[in-house]
Amino acid sequence: MIEIRFHGRGGQGAVTAAEILAKAAFKDGNYSQAFPFFGVERRGAPVMAFTRIDDKPIDLRYQVYNPDYVLVLDDGLLNVVDVFSGIKDNTEVTINTTEFKGSGEHEVYSIDATGIALDMLGRNIVNTIILGYFAKKTQAVSIDSLLEVIKETFPGKIGELNVEATKKAYEMG
Amino acid sequence: MVKEVMTSNKAVAEAVRLAKPQVIPVYPITPQTTISEYLAQYVADEKIDAKYVKVESEHSAISAAVGASGAGVRVFTATSSQGLMLMHEILFAAAGMRVPIVLADANRAISAPLNIWNDQQDSIAQRDAGWLQIYVENAQEALDTTLMAYKVSENPDILLPSMVCLDGFILTHTVEPVEIPDQESVDKFLPPYVPEHAFLDPNEPMSIGNFADPDYYTEARHDMEVAMTKSMEVIQKTCDEFAEIFGRKYGLVEPYKTEDADIIFVAMGSLCSTLRVMVDQLREKGEKVGLLKIRAYRPFPTEAINEAVKNCEKIAVIDKNFSFGIGGALYADMKVKIDKEIYGFIAGLGGRDITPEAIMEAYEKTKAPENDVTWIGLKEE
Repeated sequence: MIEIRFHGRGGQGAVTAAEILAKAAFKDGNYSQAFPFFGVERRGAPVMAFTRIDDKPIDLRYQVYNPDYVLVLDDGLLNVVDVFSGIKDNTEVTINTTEFKGSGEHEVYSIDATGIALDMLGRNIVNTIILGYFAKKTQAVSIDSLLEVIKETFPGKIGELNVEATKKAYEMG
Repeated sequence: MVKEVMTSNKAVAEAVRLAKPQVIPVYPITPQTTISEYLAQYVADEKIDAKYVKVESEHSAISAAVGASGAGVRVFTATSSQGLMLMHEILFAAAGMRVPIVLADANRAISAPLNIWNDQQDSIAQRDAGWLQIYVENAQEALDTTLMAYKVSENPDILLPSMVCLDGFILTHTVEPVEIPDQESVDKFLPPYVPEHAFLDPNEPMSIGNFADPDYYTEARHDMEVAMTKSMEVIQKTCDEFAEIFGRKYGLVEPYKTEDADIIFVAMGSLCSTLRVMVDQLREKGEKVGLLKIRAYRPFPTEAINEAVKNCEKIAVIDKNFSFGIGGALYADMKVKIDKEIYGFIAGLGGRDITPEAIMEAYEKTKAPENDVTWIGLKEE
């Protein structure tokens, strides 16, 4: 089983990203689960979401404390929450940032997802983009399934733009 | 039959679509809200041919449900927490008027302090309203149980409303794979509701549930107890019929590795998933432990529980609710009806995560008990 923890802010799409990942993993033929943990229900507040992927049905109903992967949608959260909490020696942390290059303590990947989002979507919504990068880096989910689910989740023009942005991030991974 | 990744809330909405209710009065509240949204969308898209009644409160939602059900049509409503508290008065009226409403409750803690997260205090507080209460463990069970609830409630020998209880967020907002049955199979399992007894018809005027003096009230309440007891048999029969058509087996309770267990965990709802994994892990270490999942909390399945726990030495009941001075509600019921060494544990209140460590604490404290009732993971100031 692999366990993924997302950190975002209310309204940034961390919960949707966790769900898209679970749906894509299911399309790949795996079992999956995704769920949020809301702090308070408002835009901008720190939010966590979790995805579990396994080749067997998943029977765990508690939060992910020792993730295999951490995805941080907003580097402003680094000062607010401990995104490295409970990580293992081989946990891979991916952060949407242009500044943070890691502390040397943990394996950290940086991607300027905001840059891609502003350039290709015209707004700072990075959830699909960071998934594209994650798919390439980890191979935990196939890019084909990921793009299919993104199209299903966002019909029409927005979906098409998200697919292109996700592909771009995938190539950078 | 299609398989899709969805939340338990969507699974409930899918079940409602397949059950074809004619009236849906519902008021949104976290974490039930997406049920009311999906159903509004389905009605707008003509996927459900129902009157969607927008009401100004949960008291009105359940009142409209009683009126519609009293007129002899299939009705669905859903709520959570404070919403269920506001329904409290009418929940008793619904049961007493013997209207077979199905209500989904997204289990959430009760104020104060204000808390939107999961525990089961809200539905436990409605324990004595005369509703059947079934607690579900996952999205598939939420869908399947909603369908079965109609069949049980509408049985002419039962005619009591049903509450399908699903853990807020842990189920309502968790996506996982769910099998959606096809309409034809559901129609076969659950034909349209045709009321056989009392219902409101302008051509044959009557009134339901209006007045009973001391000569009649006791018998009216006793009739409900008879129906509630009878519902155990009907629930089991309905589960068997469901399994025949859809292949998924359910019952009043679900024992797991209980036969040779020294200690048996007893719990309701989503917690049973993690408990089952813990049972397997403890078994690998040579611990003789089992799990008894309670699906039907009302009716209380004493016989089925006794059968499952007959060989064990001790029982650890984990409740996500609390009765002051007593302990959890399920623990208290077990103490009354089951003649075993039973310990109670309070956990998961207001969304406190129930981790493997929390479960191990309950297990160790059952092996070497200090108190009858223990609050798990309590922070010491």
